[in-house]
Amino acid sequence: MSILLQVQGVIKRFGGLQALTQVTFDLPKGQILGLIGPNGAGKTTLFNTINGVYHPEEGRIIFRGQDVTKKMPYHLAKMGMARTHQIVRPLNELTVRENVMVGSCFGHENQNLSNAARIADETLAFVGLAAKADQLAGTLNVAQKKRLEMARALASHPHLLLLDEVLAGLNPSEVDGMIQTVLNIREQGVTIIMIEHLMKAVMNVSDRIIVLDYGEQIAEGSPSEIVHNEKVIEAYLGDPRLAERLMEEE
Amino acid sequence: MKQWLHPGFWVALLIVLALGLAPIFSQNAGLRETGFTILLAISMAISLNIIMGYTGYVSFGHVVFYGLGGYTGMYLMDTWGAPLPLAVLGGGAAAALLAFLLGKAILRLRGAYFALATIGVNEAVRTFVSNFKPFGGPTGIELQFSVYKQYGGAADALWLTYYGVVGIAVFALVFSYYIKTSKFGLGLMSIREDEDAAEVMGVVTPDTKTLAFVASAFLPGMLGVLFFFKNGNVEPSDAFRLGFSIESLVMIMLGGQGTLLGPVIGALGYQRLRGLLLTSDVMIGSLPLKDFQLVIAGLLMLIIILFIPAGLVGWLRQRFAWLRRILV
Amino acid sequence: MNAGAILTSLVDGLLIGVVYGIAAMGLNLIWGVMRVINLAHGALISLGMFGVYLLFSGLGLNPYLALVLVALMGLLMGILIYAIAITRVINAPYLSTLLATFSINMIVIGLGTAAFTTTPRDTGFSLGNVEVGPLTLQGTRLIAALVTLIVTAILYTFLYRTRTGKYIRAVSNNRSAAELMGIPSSRILALSFGIGTMLAAIAGGLIATFFSFTILSGDVYQQKSFIIGVLGGLGNPLGALVGGLILGVLEGVLPLAMPNTWVPVIEFVLFILILLVKPSGLLGGKK
Repeated sequence: MSILLQVQGVIKRFGGLQALTQVTFDLPKGQILGLIGPNGAGKTTLFNTINGVYHPEEGRIIFRGQDVTKKMPYHLAKMGMARTHQIVRPLNELTVRENVMVGSCFGHENQNLSNAARIADETLAFVGLAAKADQLAGTLNVAQKKRLEMARALASHPHLLLLDEVLAGLNPSEVDGMIQTVLNIREQGVTIIMIEHLMKAVMNVSDRIIVLDYGEQIAEGSPSEIVHNEKVIEAYLGDPRLAERLMEEE
Repeated sequence: MKQWLHPGFWVALLIVLALGLAPIFSQNAGLRETGFTILLAISMAISLNIIMGYTGYVSFGHVVFYGLGGYTGMYLMDTWGAPLPLAVLGGGAAAALLAFLLGKAILRLRGAYFALATIGVNEAVRTFVSNFKPFGGPTGIELQFSVYKQYGGAADALWLTYYGVVGIAVFALVFSYYIKTSKFGLGLMSIREDEDAAEVMGVVTPDTKTLAFVASAFLPGMLGVLFFFKNGNVEPSDAFRLGFSIESLVMIMLGGQGTLLGPVIGALGYQRLRGLLLTSDVMIGSLPLKDFQLVIAGLLMLIIILFIPAGLVGWLRQRFAWLRRILV
Repeated sequence: MNAGAILTSLVDGLLIGVVYGIAAMGLNLIWGVMRVINLAHGALISLGMFGVYLLFSGLGLNPYLALVLVALMGLLMGILIYAIAITRVINAPYLSTLLATFSINMIVIGLGTAAFTTTPRDTGFSLGNVEVGPLTLQGTRLIAALVTLIVTAILYTFLYRTRTGKYIRAVSNNRSAAELMGIPSSRILALSFGIGTMLAAIAGGLIATFFSFTILSGDVYQQKSFIIGVLGGLGNPLGALVGGLILGVLEGVLPLAMPNTWVPVIEFVLFILILLVKPSGLLGGKK
């Protein structure tokens, strides 16, 4: 199995605050990696460091065999990394289709406008937003905006997709729809890292899970290993019975 | 190229052509002078709209490109005897070069800081040119009458500058429309809406912004040469008048920023109103109405900002969804 | 050139710099509290000049007494401007407030030009010269610097020792948090704009006691205020005083080394460089 992304000893500080401490992991192609941890554990910071929004103080990030530690987000986008934002960032005054075209035009495949329009329509159909294509993005509701984020990222046909809490703020039926979408994306061969608070969902779809706590990587393993890991239970899940309940629900 | 069939483009082009051709067919010098002022304003507004309306970077110092271009062209004609078309291109090139050199640096600043920096650049260039001997220092450059002789005398030279400004206005409109409907334009608008999100989607923002700045700068560079050639001389205070920048902003706001038609309608409306005020013989107390031109322009601007910030075209697009397909 | 001349330029520069500083303080306060760059600042400085001029030359009022009236009128005028032009767009994109204040600038300059023309005015007021050792200083400039320091001290006492002052600082720090704590933010914003305008008017009034001016003169001081703003840190009122001193010294000393007309070139290049390198200002300010 070939490795798509390597994160090696990454340290990120903000002023005196250590946001990430020695985060290290390898991500093989085609897997879904779940990233969990309490609020403020540094999950989004890790995303921002992986896709070049921040540059780490120490450590290296290797994507598709290239050292990308000092690269900018647009370099990484062009290399085939796409992401969604926890707080949605629609381009409000552009139409939904144009939003998705931006992903296709400037991302990994660098498409021209007419190809991008076609890809945008396909992608919008895939995430279930086809009917909204001509609306301004600002007029969508939150669930639709989350789907738009997803479509923009997907339209670039990325190798690696970073999903930052795509389930947050969705109602149960929307959650089920979104999980199905994530699984469909994986079937297309896209590698995924997902940050998620919804335990049941992340346990279900992830091949592996990494747990962050105060910027430290306290555990790594399969979902069933994680729920039985002492450190995780202590730091994150609170009481052991909660973990059992979580597993039972599955 | 399906996009060239867009009615919004043709509406704008018809307006510019009608304005531009009327004086040529009537051979009326008065109409020509009004036409020159309006087309110059339209071209300025269209060019500023590229960086301000499409990209979302509000430049208060746009006039620096007009002034520097004008000075460069006048210098080329006065010192090197360059023919007008070459001087016009030279002015455009100088402005584009300045934008290119400044772009990477000052386009890192966002929001009000960028606006402040553009004011600073205009003032820095103005005060520098006032000291710069080849450009004539504080008195500027005055063209010899012999320069106009090669164009058949002053009267013919005036017509020549007029054809020039008609050409530039038409070009500006086509150029602006081409940008707006291109992949580059999509990149600019994504920067305007959310620069960080655009970066994450792969828009190479520093290069894209700089290119937009250059595209927005070379038109005023060429216009400056035409204007000061027609004027006969150029001085620092005329060339780098901050008020002219602001007027261009107001024209865009009036018509609707980020739209193709907005700057055209805004410039036309603003200049018509100004013309009316200047020629009106209404008196306010013991003072003619034209003394209140600045006050009225200020009030007009305030009303637009407070009540219709999207401008006329923007307001129409918001109000009537079907117009979005027609007005770009 | 002798040491006395250099020292005189330096001290003159310092005295003028303090007055620049108070103009910039008004600009900085408004930026700090509400993130508005007040492009009407110059016009309001001009109004301060005309206020003192008219009260002194027209009514024979002592210029410093006139200054008190001008300050009060500035305060009221600022609150009025805020209510008419700013409050509606205070949360809109920054372009709106820039253009709203610029339209006020156009209206004031337009009315001022219609009323006063652009012929230079001079109060012709003088307090003679004061000799201090090798220095010869104009009395009006000395008093102007003194008045500025007093006004600064009062402003600081107000900002740090009174409840309203604390409200202003709270709104400046975080408006929505201040609102949650029950601070009437719109009244505080209006008052802050009023105080900013008052400082502009005082600066204008003081300048009118020793320089001639027109309705357009305020513009120059507005630009100096921008430069001082980034020197001292945008949004940092005390920084404005320091920035003013730096600019004053530069203007006092640079002409000894180069032609006068190069001084503004240096100033604006400095302005751009500081904006690029450290937009929050040399001395730090509000981000």
